[in-house]
Amino acid sequence: MNAYYSELFSFHLPEVILTGGALLVLAADLLLGKFSSEPVRRALAALLGMLAMGFAAEALSPYLRGDTSALGQLCLLGLSGLTLLLIAGTSRLRHPAEHVALTLFATVGFSLMVTANNLLLVFLAFELSSITLYILAGFDKSSPASAEAALKYFLYGSVAAAFLLFGFSLLYGLTGEIELAELGAKLSVLPASPLLVIAWIMILAGFGYKAAAAPFHLWAPDAYQGAPAPSAALIAAGSKLAGMLLLVRLFAEIGFSPLGPALQTALALLIAASLLLGNVAALVQSNFRRLLAYSAIGHAGIVLLMIGIAPADPQMAFGDVLYYLLTYGLASVGAFGVAAVLEANDARGQKLSDFAGLWQRSPFLTICLLVFILSLAGVPPLAGFFAKFNAFYDVLGSLDSAALTSSPFFWLVLLAIAMSAVALYYYLQVLKQAFIAPAEETRPLRIALPATTALLFAAAGIVLLGIFPEHFLRLLF
Amino acid sequence: MNLLPWTIYLSFIGASLAWLAGRRWSAPARWLALLTALGNLGIIGWAALDFSPAAETQTLVDLPWVSFASYHLAADGISMTLVLLTGIAALAGILFSWNITHRTGDFFALFLALIGGVYGVFLSADAFLLFVFYEIAIVPKYFLVAVWGSTNREYGAMKLVLYSFAGSALVMAGLLWAGAAGISFDMNFFAAQTRILSQVQQTGMFALIFTGFAVLAGMVPFHTWAPTGHVAAPTGASMLLAGVVMKLGAYGCLRLALPAFPLGLDFFQPLIAALGIAGILYAGLVALVQTDFKFVIGYSSVSHMGFVLLGLAVATPRALAGAVLQMFSHGIVAGLLFAVVGRMVYERTHTRDLHQLHRLPLFRMLPFAAVVFSLAGIASMGMPGFSGFPAEFSILIGTWQHNALWAVLAAIGIPVAAAYTLRVVHLAFFGKIAAEEISSADHPPLPPTTWPERLGAVLLLAVSITVGIHPGLLLDWIVPALQSPLMQIVSNGAAQ
Repeated sequence: MNAYYSELFSFHLPEVILTGGALLVLAADLLLGKFSSEPVRRALAALLGMLAMGFAAEALSPYLRGDTSALGQLCLLGLSGLTLLLIAGTSRLRHPAEHVALTLFATVGFSLMVTANNLLLVFLAFELSSITLYILAGFDKSSPASAEAALKYFLYGSVAAAFLLFGFSLLYGLTGEIELAELGAKLSVLPASPLLVIAWIMILAGFGYKAAAAPFHLWAPDAYQGAPAPSAALIAAGSKLAGMLLLVRLFAEIGFSPLGPALQTALALLIAASLLLGNVAALVQSNFRRLLAYSAIGHAGIVLLMIGIAPADPQMAFGDVLYYLLTYGLASVGAFGVAAVLEANDARGQKLSDFAGLWQRSPFLTICLLVFILSLAGVPPLAGFFAKFNAFYDVLGSLDSAALTSSPFFWLVLLAIAMSAVALYYYLQVLKQAFIAPAEETRPLRIALPATTALLFAAAGIVLLGIFPEHFLRLLF
Repeated sequence: MNLLPWTIYLSFIGASLAWLAGRRWSAPARWLALLTALGNLGIIGWAALDFSPAAETQTLVDLPWVSFASYHLAADGISMTLVLLTGIAALAGILFSWNITHRTGDFFALFLALIGGVYGVFLSADAFLLFVFYEIAIVPKYFLVAVWGSTNREYGAMKLVLYSFAGSALVMAGLLWAGAAGISFDMNFFAAQTRILSQVQQTGMFALIFTGFAVLAGMVPFHTWAPTGHVAAPTGASMLLAGVVMKLGAYGCLRLALPAFPLGLDFFQPLIAALGIAGILYAGLVALVQTDFKFVIGYSSVSHMGFVLLGLAVATPRALAGAVLQMFSHGIVAGLLFAVVGRMVYERTHTRDLHQLHRLPLFRMLPFAAVVFSLAGIASMGMPGFSGFPAEFSILIGTWQHNALWAVLAAIGIPVAAAYTLRVVHLAFFGKIAAEEISSADHPPLPPTTWPERLGAVLLLAVSITVGIHPGLLLDWIVPALQSPLMQIVSNGAAQ
């Protein structure tokens, strides 16, 4: 190993630790699995996975000051860690070690997505996380819905990856560079060309899929519904955070300022379609997970809105997107966690009516669900509210205040605000079942310790981030 | 004085404790709620003794919070008046909810959380902070109505909360627009900032923020949540809705929309006054033909809030003082009316249909309720000796000085109020059956009024009479606050 490789090794220490941890999880299960029962194997795998996460976080800590992407990686580790706890606490699937190891591999992909500085590496990281997520979506081999989820996710995902690759190849063809910084420098002196617009629209399509933005959202409801709960949580939380942070960086490093009008229009259309379709379609859902999926589409609209300001102020866009998707991710993981606990107890937790009488069966779970859902709805003092207000404030602040009404983003912010009033209706449908409807089934719920820990962390995180948002945002600047 | 922020914290602490206690037992949850309300009232009383009315708001806490807003709480005479109203209404609401046995802990936890948000709104000196507390107060309403309510409760609750949230979305849009135009959210700076905004900006921001808040103040045509919501709500919650929550809207208009965008007020003044008068007359006439006892009170609330809106629109110091006093007075009187209808009558007779009630001699069966309701009705009509009189009177005088026609139109509302109040007193309490038939099998005697009900009723009546006889108690707080530079802008702007 020469000096260059050892340096690389130390820069990538978090990823190396995660990969090593994943291999260790598999090896330990292979050696010890024969002698132990399924729950023990699951606990062991999750424990080793958590340890790997912990060491990776430790390896990141020296870079936290002043390095925004390290903070992004840390948040991703946190969200993945919570899904590991859900695997340990709620999953009854076979092959727990593979489940944990794949989650770790996906996290490696996320981590690389946040830090990659090279188009090729960007694409590889994107694919690494996507492919592990396809497998995770179909991990429940006993369930046809899980297989369907994986297949749909895979088909859409592979087409989206093709779009992305095509867009990247156009960028490469125009400049001959794959290093983001040099690519950006060359692009900035390039005359406006239709090829460039096509390249960017292709890239937007690829990321639109990752974010579940309309019209690239079609996989989301089925994947959310069919995938095992911890996998769905990972798709909803970690994958989206990593993808959007990457898009912010792409916009910041190789985007041009201000956005070309064509690109701006394309982005505005994506945002408007996501806001409208997500929030309106969610109104009629009777399945909890599909409701979360449509609400996710609506949230994707707001995230893309923030990404629109990335060329003007990358630092602010990065901070806002990170804060927004971290709080969104915590709430999503939590909501899937609550559903997973119900499924573990009753073998059902998909329909809204399965939540009926939750307040009688487990006050703890009800309060947690209240926190998660109200945060998604954007009700203060929970973090979802501040994330939303801050996003709108910064988007409007980045516009020219004299010609405010001539910018499409101004109208999109108004649309997003109007839609957040619509959204409250369907979020309250969930809470109505959980908090008001009488129970059909009054057996108290048993919640395993890891699941309790995960829900508690997520809920506490949302409350604390909501009351002290600045303490988090200040880490970035 | 500096303890005043603790009303907010104490309410939330009390809410958590009541929830925890309520998991197992209901009595401790109830007592914890009562203790919290008493503690809050104690804090307010202590602060009131310490309070010297002045034009400047007195800062209580000012901590850096987020990049565009600080955690700035402050009080002046207007906030003190409304905080006092909240304290009294909360205490009375808890007394009238003493018989809640279904999920007692949850009920009082939500009740106190709502109250905590309300205190926060009245004490905020930062527009963003005010908005945060305002939204905190929305969600508990939904659960209070949907779980413990009566007629059509889920519909009423959803309508109530969606109207509130739609209103707050308008406010949010207005605030964001103001923020993007370079306005700082600290209310003390509003005076300096109005200059930098153009006429168009001021008008637009004013329209968004005023309309958003006015939804909750029951402004026609956005008032329809109020009657259905009030009717569906359990007694304690409808007392809060009418008593305090509608005031949040009016307070938001008064504190944010008016001082920050005086040109907006100039532009919309005739429209707001017209909507206020329309509310007074239309809701009053609708109240006249209702057959559901509670709907009468619900519409009367909208009618009385019309006076507040009229006062805000006229915006002379006298009219504004009257508007704030009317907020206080209506909070007390409407609370009392809802308490009698919801708790004393409905929960005993299980009907609110006025024609059915008319067949019962309620005057003899529930003499206490009859007397309290008659007195509260007189207060609601705006008779001298009760708090409604000085309030509506100064609004009308202030309006007269500004535009005599408006005053005359609004004054028609007073005989209308007398008509529907007398009608409902007659129908509900002075029934047709002779006294000797009461104890026959058809009309078993109703359970007598309990001590918490009597205590709550006496408390509210006493407050209304005290303020009615000596309005100076509150006006001495309110009037100096209207002399502040901020409020001067309002009255100067609108006088042009």
